[in-house]
Amino acid sequence: MTGPGLNSTNPRPPAVSIEGLSKFYHRTTALKELDLLIDGGAIVGVLGPNGSGKSTLLKAIAGLCQPDAGQVLVSGLPPSPRTKEFVAYVPEGSYLYSWMTLGQTLDFVGGFYEDWDDAKAAELVRFMNLRLDHQVGELSKGMKARLRLILAMARSADLVLLDEPLAGIDPPSRARILETMIKEYRGQEQTIVLSTHEVGEVEQVLDRVVFLREGEIVIDANADDLRQERGTSIEGLMREVYQ
Amino acid sequence: MKLKLDFDAAKPIYQQIIDALCRAVARGELKPGDKVPSQRDMAAHLQVNPNTVQRAYRDMERDGLLETARGTGTFVTERPELLKDIKQDLAFREVSGFIEGLRALGYGDDEMLALLESEIRRLQSPKPTRNLPATEEEQEEDEE
Repeated sequence: MTGPGLNSTNPRPPAVSIEGLSKFYHRTTALKELDLLIDGGAIVGVLGPNGSGKSTLLKAIAGLCQPDAGQVLVSGLPPSPRTKEFVAYVPEGSYLYSWMTLGQTLDFVGGFYEDWDDAKAAELVRFMNLRLDHQVGELSKGMKARLRLILAMARSADLVLLDEPLAGIDPPSRARILETMIKEYRGQEQTIVLSTHEVGEVEQVLDRVVFLREGEIVIDANADDLRQERGTSIEGLMREVYQ
Repeated sequence: MKLKLDFDAAKPIYQQIIDALCRAVARGELKPGDKVPSQRDMAAHLQVNPNTVQRAYRDMERDGLLETARGTGTFVTERPELLKDIKQDLAFREVSGFIEGLRALGYGDDEMLALLESEIRRLQSPKPTRNLPATEEEQEEDEE
């Protein structure tokens, strides 16, 4: 493999390029001299137990946390308002206004982004079995999770960052979210990075898996290659690594 | 085409897609010249990453099992040797799995061959008659 940007047939810079990234919270180390290169056109799972640095890593890529050391580049650019135009970041938990209806939320969030597609948003609302007049404060946890994915996928972002998109959600919502991810994923033009502490049914959606432990990468490989080499599922491998 | 797959999460998914398609051809459910679902439809149907389907199709194209005609889709290759190749490939993999399994149990090559030969003979020999209605002679024997 040639270095990033050296291959003349593919002048596109890597979707994510991280070198020596460290982040500390008081005395706790969230990320420790982490290197990660994601070429693009893949669905990458960042795996690890709670507190392994997954959320901090996604925030650093989204430009929402200032590194203590090292560098993050998104399509060759440091995270900035400019990169937010092609990066969709969906944090864990609710950051939405409970007094708005679902429809108002779509209008409100959509207003921030050039690449927002109203027709796509409406189609996703139908596919996800949600109602535009439903108030956000009255949505179940699973419905909120579905709404969060709509907010990411109604844009045509090159890079989608999903923090624990399935945590604590009912099985039907999980299934719908995975279905939507597969249906809307734009292949070689799009990169999805999702974090999860429980790989379960996501495992057949992931191209590549990055295992984090105490802020460091312990495994980084193609998911099918890992199954072949280790003769175990990604879920099984997680049990081994984090026992 | 109905392609059902119960994934074994411990094996590469792209390999399981290739296997399922090859078996469909070997069984005649999928014929040379038949169109296979697009990568996107196949990914949605199997609920897997589209890149994984792409990897499976690419390997099958490389091996001459599938061919993609620009703009019209992907088809099972129309050539006389196709079925033979696929059956050979499936048989080859069955046999390698068999050998690996017996090696893991500590069988040597000669023991393996002997076991295979005796098993083939056993399966060829006529079924034991016990389940069939007994002949008069046998009934007499039983009574003795």
